[in-house]
Amino acid sequence: MAYTIVLDNCTGCSACEPECPNAAISGTDDGLFQIDPDLCTECVGFFDEAQCTAVCPIDDTCIPDRACVEDRETLMAKKVKLHGG
Amino acid sequence: MDAKDQNFLKVIQGPEAEASGCSEKSTCGSSAGPADMDPEVWNKVKNHPCYSEEAHHFYARMHVAVAPACNIQCNYCNRKYDCSNESRPGVVSERLSPELAAKKVLAVASEIHQMTVVGIAGAGDSLANPDKTFKTFELISKVAPDIKLCLSTNGLALPEMVDRIADYNVDHVTVTINMVDPEVGERIYPWIYYNKKRWKGRDAAKILSERQLLGLERLTARKILVKVNSVMIPGVNDLHLKAVNREVKKRGAFLHNIMPLISEPEHGTYYGLTGQRGPTAEELKHLQDSCEGEMNMMRHCRQCRADAVGLLGEDRSAEFTNEKIEAIEITDVAYDMTAREAYRDKVEETREKERKIKEMLAGLGMENGLSQAPPILVAVATQGEGMVNQHFGHAREFQVYEVTAAEAKFIGHRRVDLYCEGGYGEDDSLTRITQALSDCVAVMVAKVGGCPKKTLEEAGIAAVDAYAFQSIKPSLLKYFGEYTEGVRSGRITPKAAGGQTKIRSGALTGTGQIPLSVIG
Repeated sequence: MAYTIVLDNCTGCSACEPECPNAAISGTDDGLFQIDPDLCTECVGFFDEAQCTAVCPIDDTCIPDRACVEDRETLMAKKVKLHGG
Repeated sequence: MDAKDQNFLKVIQGPEAEASGCSEKSTCGSSAGPADMDPEVWNKVKNHPCYSEEAHHFYARMHVAVAPACNIQCNYCNRKYDCSNESRPGVVSERLSPELAAKKVLAVASEIHQMTVVGIAGAGDSLANPDKTFKTFELISKVAPDIKLCLSTNGLALPEMVDRIADYNVDHVTVTINMVDPEVGERIYPWIYYNKKRWKGRDAAKILSERQLLGLERLTARKILVKVNSVMIPGVNDLHLKAVNREVKKRGAFLHNIMPLISEPEHGTYYGLTGQRGPTAEELKHLQDSCEGEMNMMRHCRQCRADAVGLLGEDRSAEFTNEKIEAIEITDVAYDMTAREAYRDKVEETREKERKIKEMLAGLGMENGLSQAPPILVAVATQGEGMVNQHFGHAREFQVYEVTAAEAKFIGHRRVDLYCEGGYGEDDSLTRITQALSDCVAVMVAKVGGCPKKTLEEAGIAAVDAYAFQSIKPSLLKYFGEYTEGVRSGRITPKAAGGQTKIRSGALTGTGQIPLSVIG
């Protein structure tokens, strides 16, 4: 499952952007932030918890995207594909 | 009035004193002054409005909000809301890139020659955004080399940043330390983000406290001046702040600034929503007084915004919006170093005169057996220049002094709504003023109407206009004699301690009073 940012809650503080190990987070035209689901591995293979959620100052803002459910093996495979072994 | 007083007032009110501008407005608060201060330290603080109470009457600062991200959550902060009419830490209307920040500094410095200090205080944490923060410092030191750089941090990322801070010649750092005990800390900080992990509860507070104290030690080891800010939260850390004071003093902090919690429900903070109250003015003063013996206490903090521009107590940020700054052609900006130096020379002259005035004040009022009389608090309406020179109804804030036979000591500002322009009806705003000044026995004004005078007197506050357009400090000392005499003769009933004086925080927005006749 990739993560997504709830734009109604996002303040655009940018805390998440540098923490993402996959560089999946980028700015929107409105000064907020978005996650590219093709690049998000939920931090699997890097960290124990999703970094965007850990650093986000607003509750319920960086959340799992129900439209994009993936299991742990798939996420690991995605990580390997993006970064190599 | 005896001959000595006569003579003194003549000196104060003579043409020389007039030229000296904001005369003894500046002898108050935390200014330890050159006599008892290491000259090297004095050199660092003398032009810094936040580190020297004296300097804050002469010099302005600006904050550039280049650091939006934060690595901890505090219960007194809600990062989600930003109201342009608010003035409090963490709040900012527009974010700046480092490049735009440098341009803004140039534009403000050429407009406001008193601007000597640029700080990065948010809107998040300066050191949670190290690249943006240090890039900004680098660019500013290129365009405006005479400007002092400072930053404010929660301390979590501080220990590893000390070398970089020193490399950029940042010689003033403010660390917000609200506790040295994780049991207290877990009631202030719901979580921190550290080492790629979100920590909660006591673990979070323990890590934060260790990092703050380690950072403080490393800063003072590099001879960087450190101010410690503490938010006073009644029932949470109010008693504990004395221990904080001892610990930061031990580690070489230069100044301790204990600030009242701001917790209005409409700010949407955890404390605001759960009804956690802030301290009364009496509680704040009592705590500051009890820490004072151990180190310098800051009493003139206005808890300004992360993008504040101007003298403390005024906020001119609305004059320098991103849109306006972007429109400026950099070649049109004249960075007039000569004018800036001329201003500083003029301030030095003024300060020299003030020091003489201060010497003359020493001992005044010690006669007539007044030295045993208890201190009183007196509010003063002033537009600056060290004079009682403001109409009661025009005052947006009052200076409060603690007066004894020997000394009139500035202890803080009380912000009030403008009585004459109150949007809530005049009676309401008058009530707010009597609440804000309820610990004072008198308010000195240039003039006051009959109705407010009566209301004030009913609230136990004498409205005194007998010292209109005279110098504040000698007037206070003389008034102390009158008051004490009145109490002795039974004409005045001493005031019972109320303990409920309300604090209204924050700097005034819009162009505030410029208290300086030294300008221009």
